[in-house]
Amino acid sequence: MAESGSLQVRVQEADFDPGQETEALRGRATGALVSFVGIAREFSESFSVERITLEHYPGMTERCLEDIGRQALARWSLQAVRIIHRYGELQPGDRIVLVATASTHRDAAFDACRFIIDFLKTEAPFWKRESGPGGARWVEAKPSDDQARERWQDPAADTAPARK
Amino acid sequence: MSDTLELRLLYFARLREAMGRAQETVQVPRTVTNLGQLRAWLIARGEPWDQAFARVQPVRIALDQVVGHDDTPLRADAEVAFFPPVTGG
Repeated sequence: MAESGSLQVRVQEADFDPGQETEALRGRATGALVSFVGIAREFSESFSVERITLEHYPGMTERCLEDIGRQALARWSLQAVRIIHRYGELQPGDRIVLVATASTHRDAAFDACRFIIDFLKTEAPFWKRESGPGGARWVEAKPSDDQARERWQDPAADTAPARK
Repeated sequence: MSDTLELRLLYFARLREAMGRAQETVQVPRTVTNLGQLRAWLIARGEPWDQAFARVQPVRIALDQVVGHDDTPLRADAEVAFFPPVTGG
């Protein structure tokens, strides 16, 4: 296995094919592929959503996602990581984000995937604005997202053997 | 050495709306040395900074595309971004 896995980050307006993007990570030594797909919800609390506008900070976004991906590659034994995040106008049911990981064993692939999405939620400079019959509003950051990220501060939180 | 620092400021999301602009260039006195002092200096200028920073809280700050803190030192020609907590994913 390669000393360090490959990392691909894409920030784009276009949709993506989760199956294709995940399968692309498969190598000869791959025993586990894990992917997370985040989807735009139709209701956020009781607010009915017809359209979501995703604003981001071009440049910092890519830099931040690459940094999170590199942290995952340093912490777990992974063959490949792919992170895709969309911006622009979306509708309920649309895919927003993909995190995919490939590893020899499932624990590293699961843990790294979760680590990446937990960090992305609290660090990557994206902002959602929802609009619907009730008007438009900026989505508020959730304390539960900060808690999900805090979990990873303790390396003992890893369920997988941490290092190669 | 000039007695001011030129900085490029960026505003995002709710703060961009409150400011009525996405970016601006400012000349900051050399006595302003870190990100916390920069925010205080902007607020002290009055409209629209005081209103915008009062309405949108908390505000995160990034220096040259890396998240910083109040004590992060400023440098000339830096890009400083102000934004609310992120809500992607």
